[in-house]
Amino acid sequence: MSIAIAVENVCKNYGTFRALDHVSLKIHSGEFFALLGPNGAGKTTLIHTIAGLAIADSGAVHVMGNHVMAGYRLARRQLGVVPQELVFDPFFTVREILNIQSGYYGLTDNSRWIDEIIVRLGLEDKANVNMRALSGGMKRRVMVAQALVHKPPVIILDEPTAGVDVELRQSLWDFIQQLNREGHTIVLTTHYLEEAEALCNRIALLKQGRIIALDSMQNLISTMAMGYILRLRMHPDDLPSNFQKIQVGCHNGCFDLKIDSYTQIEPILAQLRQTGVQIQEMQLLQPDLEDVFVNMMNRSHFETQ
Amino acid sequence: MTGFLTLLYKELLRFWKVGFQTILAPVVSTLLYLLIFYHVLEGHVETYPGVPYTVFLVPGLVMMSVMQNAFANASSSMIQSKISGNIVFVLLSPLTYWQIFLAYILASVARGLMVGLGVYLVGWLFFDVPYYWPGWIVMFAVAGSGLLGALGVIAGIWADKFDQLAAFQNFIIIPLTFLSGVFYSIHSLPPAWQVLSHLNPFFYMIDGFRYGFFGESDSSPYLSLVIVIACFAAISLLAVKMLRSGYKLRY
Ligand SMILES: Nc1ncnc2c1ncn2[C@@H]1O[C@H](COP(=O)(O)OP(=O)(O)O)[C@@H](O)[C@H]1O
Ligand SMILES: [Mg+2]
Repeated sequence: MSIAIAVENVCKNYGTFRALDHVSLKIHSGEFFALLGPNGAGKTTLIHTIAGLAIADSGAVHVMGNHVMAGYRLARRQLGVVPQELVFDPFFTVREILNIQSGYYGLTDNSRWIDEIIVRLGLEDKANVNMRALSGGMKRRVMVAQALVHKPPVIILDEPTAGVDVELRQSLWDFIQQLNREGHTIVLTTHYLEEAEALCNRIALLKQGRIIALDSMQNLISTMAMGYILRLRMHPDDLPSNFQKIQVGCHNGCFDLKIDSYTQIEPILAQLRQTGVQIQEMQLLQPDLEDVFVNMMNRSHFETQ
Repeated sequence: MTGFLTLLYKELLRFWKVGFQTILAPVVSTLLYLLIFYHVLEGHVETYPGVPYTVFLVPGLVMMSVMQNAFANASSSMIQSKISGNIVFVLLSPLTYWQIFLAYILASVARGLMVGLGVYLVGWLFFDVPYYWPGWIVMFAVAGSGLLGALGVIAGIWADKFDQLAAFQNFIIIPLTFLSGVFYSIHSLPPAWQVLSHLNPFFYMIDGFRYGFFGESDSSPYLSLVIVIACFAAISLLAVKMLRSGYKLRY
């Protein structure tokens, strides 16, 4: 499998502040990859060093085998980036912008593909409207369209769904998933962990400029999350005292008990039966990305103390 | 090539769409200078023998408007797209640094020439300004507006805010222009000022440009052209170096 993005030992400083600290990362062609982390972790900075919008102080970045500085023309041709900041050129209409953007990549007759992305992103009604007159969500769609005009093999989206309504989020992800099935490599950052969980094969967790986890979604969830939650509604409605040490919460009159493996379920049920408690409702909650996220962030928080 | 032509087209469209402000307004304001100087100075000052002052003044004003508008175009386009952030679309593209640079300055040359032509046409209609050597006129207009366009690119990249750009214009561009002999022949200056004037590259642009109209100038037009082109080349190299290094553009 070929490597779409190779980041080797990249450091990036802003003055004395280290925004990226020896980041290494390989993203394979065809992957759907998420870059996650709290605000200020360095996700945008990492994307900028890949896109050539920021220049790494040390280390090397390649896109489809092209060095992003020494071979910038080839690297940039392979890349489509949706920047995080909402930016637009107020002098032009949506279609003018997309034609101009195509021209930058040497495409003179791109109207068929432009028509298609306009439809796929729900911009038909706005195609001949000036950028200034569009709402924030619409401007965001145009930015996505701009990143796609040259059908780049590698597409990076920096929080593309921030400030975008649910309907567009869904249709945007449908479109991006289709592009991924057609072989485009997708890298995204998002604040909605459920989006990353639903879409991505692999994730990198960034914190304070460092990658603190890099694995497939399943591996991360099964190894990093701590166990499962057993949620019980009981009659009479109180928890025997010997279970209080594993209780982690209450939820609409249910008790949440934390367990490490399925084998603990049967002994718990047996003990409850002995004390005469009747179970009225039972749920076993699987850990999700959010648990991994919170867990990892806390863990490395203690490590760095 | 397509990429370069597209950026050039975009830059041309950018000022053309607001031509009222970018072309017509500067033509009118330059003509106001002409009107005022005509009323106040006509008949009082003679620079070249047999050339009325207003006729002498028109080429200087034409060149001044060419230069100012070339500078304004490149610098305001650059700083606007930097501050609004849409410069990223150019920075993300595979355009080379020379292509970006040339697109910006060619658009500036185009705007400078349009404004200059507007001023000249009025001067020609009302004051019968001659044009003896159009080749010189065109060469100095193009090289001068290119040089000012390149300075505009540099100023637009360097300035973080509009007031810094205004400072660059007020403390560098305008003094160099006004002291370059737009309104007078430097031979009418005291000797010390004449020497100083010869250190001002803008002097050679105005002087060589004026030669195309009257066949007379303070310096040899060949020398002037060499100096203007050398300055243009040096400023261009600096501008491209700034673009390549990502100075204030790529963080
Ligand atoms: N141009 C810059 N100058 C100085 N500091 C910056 C700059 N860009 C980003 N930073 C700092 O680098 C850190 C990482 O920022 P960023 O990559 O935007 O984080 P994220 O996208 O993960 O929220 C932040 O602390 C931010 O303040
Ligand atoms: Mg960010």
